[in-house]
Amino acid sequence: MTIQQRYDLAFTLYPYAHSPDQDAPGPRRHKVVVVGGGPIGLAMALDLGRRGVPVLLLDDHEGVGAGSRAICFAKRTLEICDRLGAAGPMLDKGVVWNVGKVFHDDRLLYEFNLLPEDGHAFPAFINLQQPWFEKFLHDAILQAQAAGAPIEIRGRNRVDAVTHDDNGALLDVTTPDGPYQIAADWLIACDGARSPLRSMLGLNFDGRVFEDNFLIADVRMNAPFPTERWFWFEPHFRSGDSALLHKQPDGIWRIDFQLGWNIDRKHELEPANIRRRVDAMLGPDVEYDLVWTSIYTFQCRRMERFCHGRVIFAGDAAHQVSPFGARGANSGIQDVDNLGWKLAAVINGNAPDRLLDSYDAERVQAADENILNSTRSTDFITPKSTVSKLFRNAVLDLAAQLPFARTIVNSGRLSLPCTHDGSALNGPDDPSLPMRSRPGSPCPDAPTPEGWLLNRLSPGFTLLTIDADAPDTTVAHGQTIPRLALTAADNPALASRYLGDAASAVYLIRPDQHVAARWQAHDAPAIATALARALSLEPAGC
Amino acid sequence: MLTTTPNLTRPDDSYAALIAAHDGLTEAESHALNARLILILMNEVGDHATIAEAIRTARETTGSAA
Repeated sequence: MTIQQRYDLAFTLYPYAHSPDQDAPGPRRHKVVVVGGGPIGLAMALDLGRRGVPVLLLDDHEGVGAGSRAICFAKRTLEICDRLGAAGPMLDKGVVWNVGKVFHDDRLLYEFNLLPEDGHAFPAFINLQQPWFEKFLHDAILQAQAAGAPIEIRGRNRVDAVTHDDNGALLDVTTPDGPYQIAADWLIACDGARSPLRSMLGLNFDGRVFEDNFLIADVRMNAPFPTERWFWFEPHFRSGDSALLHKQPDGIWRIDFQLGWNIDRKHELEPANIRRRVDAMLGPDVEYDLVWTSIYTFQCRRMERFCHGRVIFAGDAAHQVSPFGARGANSGIQDVDNLGWKLAAVINGNAPDRLLDSYDAERVQAADENILNSTRSTDFITPKSTVSKLFRNAVLDLAAQLPFARTIVNSGRLSLPCTHDGSALNGPDDPSLPMRSRPGSPCPDAPTPEGWLLNRLSPGFTLLTIDADAPDTTVAHGQTIPRLALTAADNPALASRYLGDAASAVYLIRPDQHVAARWQAHDAPAIATALARALSLEPAGC
Repeated sequence: MLTTTPNLTRPDDSYAALIAAHDGLTEAESHALNARLILILMNEVGDHATIAEAIRTARETTGSAA
């Protein structure tokens, strides 16, 4: 059996190498096997490896696929990548934009400036081609490996069959040298929207199918062109319901044309036909080269559960959304953020297996939020009834003149991380502290005299104190938790994000930088109880 | 909290203005005007709970078209 290349590579990063496992008399056992070398699989391996958990990543290719694909990486993703040691090059190469224009037919309705909030290490998002995002994650893996992180990647290792039980999974792997078997205590499926593992296990993937095709054209402009996001509703150049133009690094602009359902793919992908659309969009005098083109469809759906015994799904394999709002890769990276510390705690014996139930609960909650948001954008862009189109166009007509209506215009909402309200891991809240940092929230970043707040959190739990007394370390339930002591004096960003009107605050922060519990003053027994809850040491609901 | 008790300062004038706004419009133009007007009034109300209650009330009121 051979391994077919399903797609061209942008970067060859991990060429096939024969592993001693292939010559072993029986299947070698691995602690964690990650299947899929996309952004989610790479980040998963990196997170676990940096936590000292031995991880083997299997990919049926030898590197990163070509094509820009996901190009919009949100602040939370960059913060997570920063924790993983990968964000610097992303920020250096990525494009930041703040000005957008919204068109209807041939009319400019309005311009906007995102005016991002000050006091964050990272912008609201960057535009960066997915291959670069993946390459920078892989660079961070190489650095982590050099520092001793137990990460191994095997290229051209395709999983063709899987069985699993209470102790783990057994994989049939095909390589250029023939088949072999691997046993895994834990199997993480990061193998994308068409997840072969999901199919092999016969698990369903239900949701709403949108009958639409999108044509992507990446073009290199041969003359200066503004770094702005242009979005058209019902564009005058014949192109279905919408079109989107925004900038990527290296002088490349990304254009998405919504084509509708009944199309002739071959005809639409003819360069002359693509050029006709692009010419109509950009105007007659703009010179450009076509760099990459593709047609894709999408669905909004998710698995019922992401954890199936010792097989865990993450990223598009677990949930899929429309492209509006950039919630695909961004939510997958948050899956990694949520799962990494929990699986490490279970494997290291610091938490019971049921801690992983909270991965399921929290990330299903996030997937539903993402699906809701992206479905609303899709329904605004492509109204599904006469009356919804009537209202949509009324919003656009008003938006040209009245600022209030611009808040209703929905061409994709900025991808924001989910706040896990109601999570079984959440401890007590003090409601006089600010809403935005309540238990379940991702910690908002803030400047401190010694650097960015998120950068100063520990890889494990952290006790953040603001103008509050506490011991320098907290020891409870096998954890030694460092204290990060800050003052809000002369730090309005920190005060508004963590104190509100209170004089002091104590936050117990999870390893994924989400707030577990908070108080106005230090309370050792309460902190120990909250820690037990955040590790699922006590059954949920007690 | 949705106000269902009389609140219009000049009900006859307001109603007449609403009807007059549609003078000379095609049916499609009238529908579009109504949609814009609802959105403008929705923004004026602002509060989501009140808007949701208004929508529910309108939906549940049995009309001649029902």
